[in-house]
Amino acid sequence: MSDDLILSPNIDGADDFYADLLATHEGLSKEESDALNARLILILANHIGKRAILTQALAKAALNPGEDPS
Amino acid sequence: MNKIFEVPLYPYEHSEDQDAPSPVRHQVAVIGAGPVGLAAAIDLAQQGIGVVVLDDNDKVSFGSRAICFAKRPLEILDRLGCGQPMVDKGVQWNVGKVFFDEREVYEFNLLPEEGHRRPAFINLQQYYFEQYLVDRVRELQAEGKPIEIRGRNKVSAIGTHPDHVTLEIDTPEGSYNIEADWLIACDGAASPTRSMLGLDFVGRVFEDNFLIADVIMEADFPTERWFWFDPPFNRGQSALLHKQPDGVWRIDLQLGWDIDKEIEKRPENVIPRLKQMLGEDVEFELEWVSIYTFQCRRMEHFRHGRVLFAGDAAHQVSPFGARGANSGLQDTDNLVWKLKMVMEGKAPESLIDSYDVERVHGADENILNSTRSTDFITPKSLTSRLFRDAVLDLSEHYEFARPLVNSGRLSVPCTYDESPLNSADALDGPERTRPGSPCPDVPLKDGFLLDKLGDRFILLTIDAEAPDHIEEDGVAVERIALTLKDDSTQALRKRYLGESDSAVYLIRPDQHVAARRPRYDESLFRAAIRRATGKEAH
Ligand SMILES: Cc1cc2nc3c(=O)[nH]c(=O)nc-3n(C[C@H](O)[C@H](O)[C@H](O)COP(=O)(O)OP(=O)(O)OC[C@H]3O[C@@H](n4cnc5c(N)ncnc54)[C@H](O)[C@@H]3O)c2cc1C
Repeated sequence: MSDDLILSPNIDGADDFYADLLATHEGLSKEESDALNARLILILANHIGKRAILTQALAKAALNPGEDPS
Repeated sequence: MNKIFEVPLYPYEHSEDQDAPSPVRHQVAVIGAGPVGLAAAIDLAQQGIGVVVLDDNDKVSFGSRAICFAKRPLEILDRLGCGQPMVDKGVQWNVGKVFFDEREVYEFNLLPEEGHRRPAFINLQQYYFEQYLVDRVRELQAEGKPIEIRGRNKVSAIGTHPDHVTLEIDTPEGSYNIEADWLIACDGAASPTRSMLGLDFVGRVFEDNFLIADVIMEADFPTERWFWFDPPFNRGQSALLHKQPDGVWRIDLQLGWDIDKEIEKRPENVIPRLKQMLGEDVEFELEWVSIYTFQCRRMEHFRHGRVLFAGDAAHQVSPFGARGANSGLQDTDNLVWKLKMVMEGKAPESLIDSYDVERVHGADENILNSTRSTDFITPKSLTSRLFRDAVLDLSEHYEFARPLVNSGRLSVPCTYDESPLNSADALDGPERTRPGSPCPDVPLKDGFLLDKLGDRFILLTIDAEAPDHIEEDGVAVERIALTLKDDSTQALRKRYLGESDSAVYLIRPDQHVAARRPRYDESLFRAAIRRATGKEAH
């Protein structure tokens, strides 16, 4: 696994994934959804594991290309 | 000048049936002269089956409706002898742009695959679409084919019997009755046939209103599909701009739920909205303004004895993805050959039940896609809006998010996986031509493959031996022999062979694959023909 964050399309069945994601939130209050999102981020981060990739992901998510350390 | 949607296309005429002492029996009656009813009737008449189309109106359909027609329906229209005028008149487009707030976030190109006779999409007003179908009906009549359209003939009662139906029809000169061996109900989303038979139509209503306007303007917007999420001129809502022939532009503006439709529709309210969107100095004229609420729903079954439902009468989708008329044409494409075989005694009546299985599957696929697009465009919770906006923000910077942007997954044909008519796949071939798939087109030495398929069963051989004709229990199958030697574009190899050196395909009259093997095998192909005509279970 390379140390580069993948930013090209990489999800198999993207529409199905997106629908599953929203279905997981269905019926939750705002707080419950926020908490679910937080848990989800931590689970995915643990799966990725590599600090170099996580660092890039944090920067990309901030949408601040200028401060991007990658 | 009179617009074509204002001129009666099939004005009321007195029919001999109205003077008959007892109800006249027809082979097939079709209720509704919309795109789907007309396509069904043309398909039947072209193959020599007598059909009478009844419509309570006498003009093409009212309101700004379908504009986007996909490749598969155009291929079906080619088989029906009227694809060319549609493509000649239609506008072709490949580029789409997505805007979010005030920014253009990205641009895409449909990049249609080469080597198909028909483009991925054309834009054409539904009134032209219907007019060209009516022109084709007139052509068939001139050739003496058994087809009639009766305008201002409103079906007011239906009686169902094991081997026929009876119809009571109201006309300007009073009512009369006819009988038909089979009835195809293409009477639209509000289907009176459905209500008269007391049948269900369940699904989801989207609590939102859309203003759909067709405007005529001389503007230099390019021939592209532009979609806005949350634009300054329609805050918190969406908008679409798409080109049609004759300088007509389709504009969709999402309005939200709590509005007064009658007030919003007034020109004094519509025009300022459009000016905000198009710019103050753009000159335009309103051709049509309608306000719609969208729904996704279907009947549980499309066959009820001798009554068959097709098009919007059977299933309804929101228009994001252009799946309404496009899927309705696939319904009749699927139905008509089966009905013909049953009427000619070449297949058991149960073959028609496969129409229900296959097209219910198609409807579910369309409903799923249209529902997801609608949910993306009009997020129904805070969290779904949060994700939607996150996807849009990311899509401006990173390519990965673009496939998640969903402003409509444009109509592609359905593969009938698991259909009872399919034989098990016996070829190590491409996935796109597995049994159940619609045949993809291929350029040949002398034209295109799809022009040679259809209306009958075909044995397509690619560098393989097989008899030129086979007949299995009354079903005639004709061979078309192709070879890779003529395949200069490699399309045949890529689409039909994959890793295999040779292939034999059994292709249904609706151009879907029924069976495929590397080589011809007499008893296996005879079994496949029986299976594809409803005569043999697994
Ligand atoms: C805003 C909008 C945009 C759309 N865009 C697209 C698009 O881009 N692509 C696409 O494929 N689809 C699109 N659609 C959907 C498309 O318009 C419909 O799917 C299509 O018209 C369905 O055709 P139909 O023949 O089943 O029914 P209809 O067109 O509704 O025709 C039904 C016919 O039945 C007749 N009828 C009804 N009751 C009776 C009776 N009792 N007796 C006799 N006749 C009767 C009616 O007069 C009518 O002529 C759009 C729809 C809307 C509203």
